[in-house]
This record gives sequence, structure tokens and C-alpha cells, in this order.
Amino acid sequence: MLNFLARRIVQLIPTLFFVSVLIFSLQQLLPGDPALVMAGEERDPDVIAQIRQQYRLDQPVPVQYVYWIKGVLSGDFGESLRNKVSVRELIGQKLPVTMQLASMAIVIAFLIGIPAGIISAVKKGTAWDYGANLFALWGISTPNFWLGIMLIFLFSIKLGWLPASGYVPLTENWRASLSSTIMPAFVLGNAIAAILMRHTRSAMLQVLESDYVRTARAKGLSERSVILKHAMRNALTPIITLGALELGTLLSGAVLTEQIFSIPGFGKLIVDAVFNRDYAVVQGVVLVTATIYITLNLIADIAYVLVNPRLRA
Amino acid sequence: MRILRLAVTAAALLLSFEATTVQAQTTLRIGLAEDPDILDPTMARTYVGRIVFAAFCDKLFDIDEQLNIVPQLALSHETSADGKEVTIKLRPGVKFHDGETFDAEAAKYSLERHLTFPGSFRKPELAAVDHIDVVDPLTIKLSLKAPYSPLVAQLTDRAGMMVSPKAAKAAGDKFGLRPVCAGPYKFVERVQQDRMVFEKFADYWNKDNIHIDRIVYLPLVDATVRLANLKSGGLDLIERLLATDIKEVQGDPKLKLSSAIELGYQGVTLNVGKDKAKGPLSQSAKVRQALDLSIDRDAVSQVVSNGEFKPGNQWVNPDHPYYQKAFPVQPRDVARAKALLKEAGVTTPVTVDFMVSKGAETEAAAQVMQSMAAETGFDLKLRVTEFATSLKQAEAGEYQAYLLAWSGRIDPDGNSYIFQKTEAPQNYSAWSNAEADKALDDGRLVTDPAQRKAIYAKLTKVVLEEKPLLYIYHRRILIAHTNKLDGYKQMPDGLVRVVGLKLK
Repeated sequence: MLNFLARRIVQLIPTLFFVSVLIFSLQQLLPGDPALVMAGEERDPDVIAQIRQQYRLDQPVPVQYVYWIKGVLSGDFGESLRNKVSVRELIGQKLPVTMQLASMAIVIAFLIGIPAGIISAVKKGTAWDYGANLFALWGISTPNFWLGIMLIFLFSIKLGWLPASGYVPLTENWRASLSSTIMPAFVLGNAIAAILMRHTRSAMLQVLESDYVRTARAKGLSERSVILKHAMRNALTPIITLGALELGTLLSGAVLTEQIFSIPGFGKLIVDAVFNRDYAVVQGVVLVTATIYITLNLIADIAYVLVNPRLRA
Repeated sequence: MRILRLAVTAAALLLSFEATTVQAQTTLRIGLAEDPDILDPTMARTYVGRIVFAAFCDKLFDIDEQLNIVPQLALSHETSADGKEVTIKLRPGVKFHDGETFDAEAAKYSLERHLTFPGSFRKPELAAVDHIDVVDPLTIKLSLKAPYSPLVAQLTDRAGMMVSPKAAKAAGDKFGLRPVCAGPYKFVERVQQDRMVFEKFADYWNKDNIHIDRIVYLPLVDATVRLANLKSGGLDLIERLLATDIKEVQGDPKLKLSSAIELGYQGVTLNVGKDKAKGPLSQSAKVRQALDLSIDRDAVSQVVSNGEFKPGNQWVNPDHPYYQKAFPVQPRDVARAKALLKEAGVTTPVTVDFMVSKGAETEAAAQVMQSMAAETGFDLKLRVTEFATSLKQAEAGEYQAYLLAWSGRIDPDGNSYIFQKTEAPQNYSAWSNAEADKALDDGRLVTDPAQRKAIYAKLTKVVLEEKPLLYIYHRRILIAHTNKLDGYKQMPDGLVRVVGLKLK
């Protein structure tokens, strides 16, 4: 097991190096000039030349990469061109926000998606099944942007129950924090719930027709026990993997939803950074997101190995 | 099911209670259309940043509703007969937020910082200043390299903002992360892309006119979401309301609308000197005049703003003191436009690569102009381009027409010189005209408004004949706020001034 772990961690190094080169080179393909964007309306040639020099934008791309990666290795991701805040500080500010939103969304998705999928499979061909399928179709096809605005109109403007946008940190006031994130978390969770429901339904249908379920029924177990204790456990394995992947995607930022509800997370940070050609921020955030993704993958692999020792070879 | 319903209702009640009690009574919450850049007046460069500066960083001078220059941290100014020395008397009894005294030494330091700090965006604005002397503890003298009449107008904006020398020296280029100025509110905290918080400065020189305890600025990019927040009571004031939402605000008894015509303009820059394809538009002023006559500015304003924007044909709006009434907006004239194209001897349709930066307003304006121009013999090929990319292409001359707005400056020089002077930084037209260059330079030498206006009349004549730029309309600055807010007045520079405001 230790060997396996060591091997996987060593494999991480070239992967991360490759990712860092990719991030840096892809960004150079972005049209537009960061110095020009940074200058805003004050596009004086002398000032622009000074910006280029100050941020080494006048140096060849490989030289810029070496400076950046040297900084990253010592924990310095550089500073934002736009507002001079260190990228590490920005990531430290936004990551907890995104993590909170992503966790709430995934909990909502599991709470809705899995029961709906199970009911739909168990009651196949009934009104329950059609109802659940309708919900799934609605969830998948409803644009986040539209649903977000509708929720704001209903819960903030009409009913006045929830703040229309903004964010309060959990550590500052947990109730205000939940009230500011419940709508965006629902918008995100709703779409994932629909996907989870579809997968749970098909996995359950497959399991319910297998021999061991038939045996369980033949032994006289109650239907409730057959579904919840026997069928569901096996059907859930791929669903949990899917959920983990969705969580990874959410952690890279939910751009539209964060914009609508003005949640200052990764998505909003990266979109603004791309439009402002704030290279240091884009590089830092993408690298951190990629690292999270790779780490989640590693954890999933370790979990599989723990479950199935045959994979250790 | 009943339990679930009960739980949901209880949770909603709990959260709604929280939502209504978080904000204090005397907090003014302002919704901004963007997250500002750095809050250092020397390094800042965005329009939205100027809105925030208005709360915490006083300037030497300010403007009133009629665009007159009025004193703020200065008391008066006097320009020498040769125009090369400007003496400024400073207001006594002014403190910075860190308790330091504002005096001539501090003013000299602030101006020199703007002039010499690495990466300063104020350097071009104060380029005419050779050196600054302290005359006495409350008087400074600016010696200029050459007479420069827009100088005092420059000091009504960021170039005139005063910073605490002690704090600025200590913070260096990180000053903008915790700015210390001498404005009505002092900086408390900023969470990037989330909020900026300011609180009342107890030692402000005009503290009797400050009635609100705290100001919180919240960047909310989407205009619909900004309005939804205002309607739900989550915000007290929003900037850049969409013209299409005016009726909704006017129909809501809890809201008020404040507006003014902007100092800037929306215009079409025509590539005259760098057009690689050497198209008819760059080669002939008659073709450019024909394109101008194809456009019905009232109709454009109607489409993009329900008629709220003011049609224009010069770099200042028709209400501006420097607008040349002798050259009014020409009505659309298809027959004359066709005749001009014939005189120019071009084959129609004249194809034009028309670069438009992405955005609902710009795209709508461009589409209307496209269909109008088609009737006179132009084929405007719209090329919708992301803003940063469009700027780069404009610099490289990779366009024939470019719809580009300017936020505007108080002095007419700020709306003309850098766009029209030969090889000026933003002369994307690459237009060069000796007569125009002379008028632009002369406009900087003279301080008498009547004489300046006469000089700018010559410039207007040349620009309107040659048409390196078609000025289309001047946007209305639209601010919506709760009717609980008293004393709000909109100035043409778009800034949200907070002195004198009261929250009922």
C-alpha cells in the first residue's frame, strides 16, 4: 500500500509540471495586451511601457515562466496586476467561499437526486416515475441564470425572505451565511440532482433485476430491506464517484451562479481575471484548481484500492 | 410532509429575520457595476474606482452641477500672467484619516508622488508641471514647463487627490490596500469582488454635512441583479441603471431616479491613417461625411435607450459650455450622402470592417447604424470583439471603423487632445492635420474661456469636415436609489458624492 501511495505521489510531480506549462502557454494565446487593459482609459505609451517592464511582460515567455514557477515553488504566486493584492491572499479569500457553496450544492443534489432516482426505479412506469423524470428533464434543461433570477424575484423581492445577493462568511454569522448561499447552492444543486437522479435510476433498475436481489426477495425479506440494504448499496458506488466528480467541477467555480448572486468565489475571480488579462491571478487559480482536482482523483484511487486490493498491483 | 413544510417555513423565517437585521440604519449600501481596481489615486485608472474615491479621498478642487471648478481642499488658485505659474491656497484645519495635518508640504508630496511614483497613471495628466514649491504652510506654487490651461481641471480628479505622506511613505506601492486620505469617510476593509467598507471620519473638515455612519460598496456586475437588490432593499443606491429599466424605477413608489448627461461620448473612430486595405473610408473625407449623414442619431438613441441618450456631433455634449452651437447635429440626409459617395467616385456598396466591442448597448447601436448606412451605399460588416482584444486591434490599426466610448473629462482638452492630435496616444484614427494640431495646442495655452472657445471653434470645423471620428450620442448617467435617501444630486462626471446625504 505504501509503495502504491509513493508511486502515485511521484507521478503527481510531472503531471503538475505539465499542467503549469499548459496553463502558462495557453494563456499566452489569449488575444489582447495585459498592459493595455491594465492602463484602462489612461493609455499613455510611457506608462504602458513601464507596466510591461514592471511585470516582465516585455521578457520572452519562457523567461516569464521561469520567474513565475520559481515564485510558485516558494509559495509566491505573484500579485494581481489589477489591484496589487497577492494571488495567495486572493485564493485564501475565495477558496473557503467556493468550498462552502460547492459542499452545500452537493448536499442538496444528493438529498434530492438519490431519493428521486430510487423512487423512480422502484415505481417504474408509474406516475412517480414520470414525475421524477420530468423533474430531471427540468433540472438539466433549466439554465442556472434564469433559475437564479427567478429565485431572487420570488424569495428576495416578492417574499423578502432572503438577501438577493452578497456573501457573509460562515465564521462571521452562520445564519446570515446560510441565508446568503442557500439560493445559489440550490441553483447549482438542482442541476446536479437531475443528473444524479438519472444515474441512480438506471443503476437501481440494473441492480433490482440481478440474481442476489431476487434471492433476497425469495428469502422473504421485506421490500424496504431489499431496496435500502441490498440494492441501494451496490447501486450507489458509481453515483458517489459521479458526485465526487461533480464536486470537483463545482470547486473550480460556478461562474454564472456566482455572478448572479455576487458570491465572491473562484468562478467570479477567474472570469474577472480573464477579462482583465490579470495573468498572475488566472495562473494561480487554475493551478490551485488543477491541484485540487488531481488530489481528489488521487483520493478516489486510494479509496478504490482500499475497497479492492486487486488494484494495488 | 407536514413536518417538512413546518421545517422549511421555520428555516425561512429564521433566515429572513437574519436578512433584515444584518444592516444598521445608517449604512448606505451602493451597488457598483464592477469591482474597482486599486484604491490608490496615483495608480488607479478605472471609472468605477473614481466613484469610490469620492467617499474617502478629497481633491484640491471639485466641480459643481454647471461644471464650474470649485474649491475642495484648496481655497483658491491664481495663474500668473504668462500662464507658467499656478499658486494654490490650501484649506486650513484639514486632517488626514491617520491624524496627520494636511498642509503645503503634504500637498507638494502628493503631487510629486503622482508625478514620479513608478507606474503612476497621473504622470501624463500632470506632465506640464516642472516643479512644486512650498510658499508658506498653506500655499503651494506649481511651476509649469509651458502654459497649460487644463491643469486646474486635472486637479478636480485623481491628480488632485491628496494622500497622507506618512501612510504613503510607509506603504509604498501597497498604499491602495489601506488608503489614507482626507475625505469624509475612512477606509475600513475591502474583500476583493465582495465589498468595500468605509466609516465616517470624525475629524473631517466638513463633518457637519456628513449624516451617514457607514458606506458599503458592493460590486454587482449584472444590471438586473443590481436593480433586484435595490427593489428588495438589499441596496440603497445603484449606478449604471439600464435605460430600459427607467420605467420600472419610475413606477416604483419606493425608488427615485437621478440622472445627468455624461461628459463623455459614444463615437465611431474611423481608421484614416493606418488602414492597410486603403478602403474608401480612409481615403476620402467625402465618404466619411456620407457615412455620417447616413446616421439618424435620434433613432439610434431611441433604439438603445428609449431616447434617453443625447444625440451629439462633438466631443462635448450639447449642454456643455464648450459645445459649438454654430455646428449643430446634422439630420440624416440619404440623398446628400448618396451624392457625396458619387462625388467621391467610389463603387457602392462601400464595404467597411466595423469593430464593435461586446455589449448589449454597443451591439444594438452598431446594428441600427448598419441598417441605416446600408440605405446610402455602405456595407458595414459588424465584427463583435471582446473589449481587450478590440483595444489591441485598434492600436494595431486592424479595423476600419471602431465603436468606442470615452467616459469624458471636465475640460474639453481631455476629450479631444489625446484622440485628435498627431500621434497622440489614443489617436487610433492615425489622423494628422496641422490646423487641428495647432488649435489643440493653442487650446492649452489660453485660460480665458471665450478665447479658448474661439480656438475650439476652429478645431470643431476641421474635425467635422475631416471626420476622423463620428460622435454619435452622449449617454445619460442613470442612478436609482431608495426614496429614503435625501439630498442626492447627480453630477455630469458620474461620481456618487456622499457629502450632504441623509438616510431617513
